[in-house]
Amino acid sequence: MRAFSELFTHIDQTTSTNEKIDALADYFEHADPRDAIWCVALLTGKTPRRTIKSGELRDWCAETSGTPVWLLEESYHVVGDLAETISLLLKGSDGETSHTLHEVINSLIALENKTDDQRKAYITGMWRQLSQQELFVFNKLITGGFRMGVSDKITIKALAKRYSIDENIVAHRLTGNWQANETLLDTLMSATHDAADISRPYPFYLAYALETAPEELGDVKDWQIERKMDGIRGQIIVRDHQLFVWSRGEDLLTEKFIEFEPLAKLLPSGTVIDGEIIPAKDENFLPFHVMQTRIGRKNVTKKSLTEAPLVMVCYDLLEHDGVDIRHLSLMQRRELLVQLIETVKEKEANIPLWLSPVLICQNWEEVAAQRLKSREYNCEGLMLKRKDSEYKTGRRRGDWWKWKVDPLSIDGVLIYGQRGHGRRADLYTDFTFAVWDGDELVPFAKAYSGLTDKELLEVDRWIKKHTTDKFGPVRSVTPELVFEIGFEGINASSRHKSGVALRFPRILRWRKDKPAKEANTKADLIDILHVYGGL
Amino acid sequence: MLTFNQNGIYCAQADVYIDPWKPVDNAIITHAHSDHARWGMKKYLAHIHAAPVMRYRLGQDIEVQTADYNEPVTINGVKISLHPAGHIWGSAQVRLEYKGEIWVVSGDYKLGEDGISVPFEPMRCHHFITESTFGLPVYNFPDPATVHHDINDWWRKNREEGKNSVILGYALGKAQRTHKHLDPSIGNIYTHGAVDNINKLYEAAIEPLPVARRIDSSINPKDIKGDIIIAPPSAENTPWLRKLQPYKLGICSGWMQLRGTRRRRGADRGFVLSDHADWGQLNTAIKETGAEHIYVTHGYKSVYAKWLQDAYGLNATEVETLYTGEQLDEPETTGGEDAGI
Ligand SMILES: [Zn+2]
Ligand SMILES: [Zn+2]
Repeated sequence: MRAFSELFTHIDQTTSTNEKIDALADYFEHADPRDAIWCVALLTGKTPRRTIKSGELRDWCAETSGTPVWLLEESYHVVGDLAETISLLLKGSDGETSHTLHEVINSLIALENKTDDQRKAYITGMWRQLSQQELFVFNKLITGGFRMGVSDKITIKALAKRYSIDENIVAHRLTGNWQANETLLDTLMSATHDAADISRPYPFYLAYALETAPEELGDVKDWQIERKMDGIRGQIIVRDHQLFVWSRGEDLLTEKFIEFEPLAKLLPSGTVIDGEIIPAKDENFLPFHVMQTRIGRKNVTKKSLTEAPLVMVCYDLLEHDGVDIRHLSLMQRRELLVQLIETVKEKEANIPLWLSPVLICQNWEEVAAQRLKSREYNCEGLMLKRKDSEYKTGRRRGDWWKWKVDPLSIDGVLIYGQRGHGRRADLYTDFTFAVWDGDELVPFAKAYSGLTDKELLEVDRWIKKHTTDKFGPVRSVTPELVFEIGFEGINASSRHKSGVALRFPRILRWRKDKPAKEANTKADLIDILHVYGGL
Repeated sequence: MLTFNQNGIYCAQADVYIDPWKPVDNAIITHAHSDHARWGMKKYLAHIHAAPVMRYRLGQDIEVQTADYNEPVTINGVKISLHPAGHIWGSAQVRLEYKGEIWVVSGDYKLGEDGISVPFEPMRCHHFITESTFGLPVYNFPDPATVHHDINDWWRKNREEGKNSVILGYALGKAQRTHKHLDPSIGNIYTHGAVDNINKLYEAAIEPLPVARRIDSSINPKDIKGDIIIAPPSAENTPWLRKLQPYKLGICSGWMQLRGTRRRRGADRGFVLSDHADWGQLNTAIKETGAEHIYVTHGYKSVYAKWLQDAYGLNATEVETLYTGEQLDEPETTGGEDAGI
C-alpha cells in the first residue's frame, strides 16, 4: 500500500505527463508483481466489485471520527468525494503498516460474504492503522472510480516504456478478458499472451471533432464520407467458431445482443468487425433511446426483440482470416469488408449486418449539405476518414474526423445553482434552467459544462450574491441570467414539468445581451419536440 | 453593546465601527487586508504595524491613530484595546468593555506561530465574533514547519531540473511568511513588485527578510534560473509570469487541503499553508474565550454556527458581512502599486 500511495501522491502532485509516465514505469518495474498488475487494472477501469455501501462508510466514519452525520454530509458536499471526505475526517496514523495492495484489494473482495460486524471491524481496523496518504487510497479502493488523473494513453505509454514495446501492441494486450488476480503484468505484456484470449477486441480508433473548415482537409476525393450513427460503438468478433460482442466501454455484451448469435456460424473464424450497434426496423434506424431501455434490463424480452431489433452498421474490418489487417489502408479494408458481407448475405440474406453507406460527394458543399440532413437519418453528423488511413489506436488527430451537426438550442433562465463535485466542489457549477410558461418559469434542463473557467467564477460569484433561498447544496437565485442551452435530442416526458426531456444538454454561451423576459417559452420547446422529437 | 448594521459592526456607546464596509466617521481596523480595511473612513484606529500598510494602500493622507497590543483607549466609557490575532503581522482582535460586559471582535485569526506575527492571545469575553473561513472538520492543517520544509525541498528539486519555482500567495502576510522560511542557500529569491512593496514595509516596521531582488526592468528574466519567485495570485496567467519560464507553480493556501481545489487551480503543487484557523483551532479558540454568545461571520457560517449550538450548547448565530475571507481566485486589491516589469 505504501509504494502505491506514494505513486499516487507523486502523480497527483504533478501536471507533467512525462513525469507521470516515468513514475508509473518506475512503479511497474519495482513493485511487487502482484501489485503492479492491480495498478494497471485500476488505471484501466477494471475495478473490483464494490462490497461496502456508501451509507455504511458514512455511518462508520461518523462513529469513528466523532462527527455528527449532518456535519459529515455538509463536508461531503464541499469536498465532493466521499473517499476524500472520510480520509480528511479520520486522522491518519503515524505507524508503519505492511499491507500490500493486492492483499488489501483481495480482503475487500472477500468482505462480500462476511457478516456486518466483520465488515465493519475490517474497515475501521484498517482506518486506525493507515497513514493519511494511505487512507485516501484505501477509501478510493472501496468506493471505486480510481482514475488518479491518469488517462489510458499515459498508462499505455508507461507500459510501453517499461517493457520497451510498441504502444499499439501494449494497447491491444490490455484489452480483453484478463483478471488481475489470475495473471501478472509480465505475462500480460508478453507475446505468448496474445494467442491465449480469443475474445480479445482491438483498441478502438476514435476521431476528434473537426476543428477547421472541411476545405482545409484537401481534395474531397481523398476522403471517405459516412454518416455518424448514434448507437453503441462495438466490435463483433468470431474466433474458433465463437462469437463475442464488445462495446467501446470494453464490456463484453454478447448475451445482450442475441440477434447476433447466428453470426458465430455465418462469419468465418478470425473475423473482427468494427461498427455501430443500432435499433432498426424495416430499413430505418430508430432513435437511440429505444435501445437504452433494453440494455438496462437483465433479460431481453420478446417484446423488445420485435420492437427494437438490433443491427450492426459495419464501419471497418480489423481482422480477416485470422490476420490483423489494421495496417492496411481504409480502401483495402473496406473492399475486404464489402466482399465479406456480400458472401455472407449470399448464405443468409437476413443477417443483422448492414454496410455503413459511403456518401458520394463531388465537393465539400455537397458534404455540408449531407451533414444538414443528419437528423432525418437519426444521425449525429458525418465521419470523414482519409482513404489511405490505417486503423489507429485511441483518439488521434489527422486521418479521421467527426463533423457533428450543430446541436439544437434554446435560451433558458438560470433559476438554481448547485455546488459542483470533485474539482469544482467549492463553486456553484451545476445549473438548472427554466423557460417561461405564462409568468411562471418551468425548469427544463440541468447543465454544468460549457462555460469557461472565468465565466464559471463569474456566475459562481453572481449566484452567491443573488441567492433567494437555500436548500441543502442548492441555491435558488433571482431569475436574471440567460444562457443558450444546446442539446442533441428531445423527447416527450410526463415526468418533467416542461413536458420534455433533453438529451445531453449543455451550455453553449452566456447570453449577456438578453434580459430574462426574452428567454424562450415552453411553447417553443414543444415546437422543437414536434419537429425533432423521437417517435 | 455591539450591533450589526448596513455599515458594519457598530458600537453605539463609543460611536465606532469595527472593520466597516461603508464610509463612516470612526473605524477600528482589525488588520490591513482589503476586505477589512476599506477606503473612506474619517478616522481610523489600528495597530502600529497595520497603519503603514493602510497608508500605503488607502492613501498617505488618511487619518490613523495607532495603538500597540494591550494599550487601552477609552471612548465615552468604553474601554477598547487591541490584542494579537496571529493572522498576519499587525493583525488584532478588538476587545471592548463597557459596564462589565466584554465583546471581542477577532477579525481573521489563527493559532500557532508563523514567524512573522505575534501569536494569537485567547481573550475571555461574553460575546465573541469569529470568522469561519475553514469551519468544516475536513480542514485540519498540517504543521506549518513541515510545509515550509516541503517548499524548500520542492524548490531544490525544481532547481535540479533547471526550472524556476513560482510561489503564489497574498502579498500581505502569506508572502512574508513564505519568504521568511525560504532557505537562501538553495538559490536566489526574487519578488514581484506588489510583494516587494509590502516586504519593504515589513522590513521597516519589524525585521529584515532573507535577501531578495525585485523583478523590475533592470532584471533580465533570462538570468533567473533555478530560483524562487514570490508573487501574488493576480500574477497568474500574465505575460509577466510567462517570462519566467520554465517554471513550476506552487500555491500556498488553506484551500489546497482539498484535492478538487488543487486540481482545479492547475498548480503543480498546492501547499496547505493558511493564515486562518482550521477546524480544531476555531473550536479551541472559541472554547477558551468562555463566551456564551458567538457570532459567526464569513465562511461556512450556517454549518459552523449549528455545530457550536449542537456540540457546545452555545448561543451561536450567523452574521452576514461583506468580508470575503481567503479567496483563491479573486485577485487581491493591491492599491495600484507597480507590479514590476
Ligand atoms: Zn485577512
Ligand atoms: Zn477576513
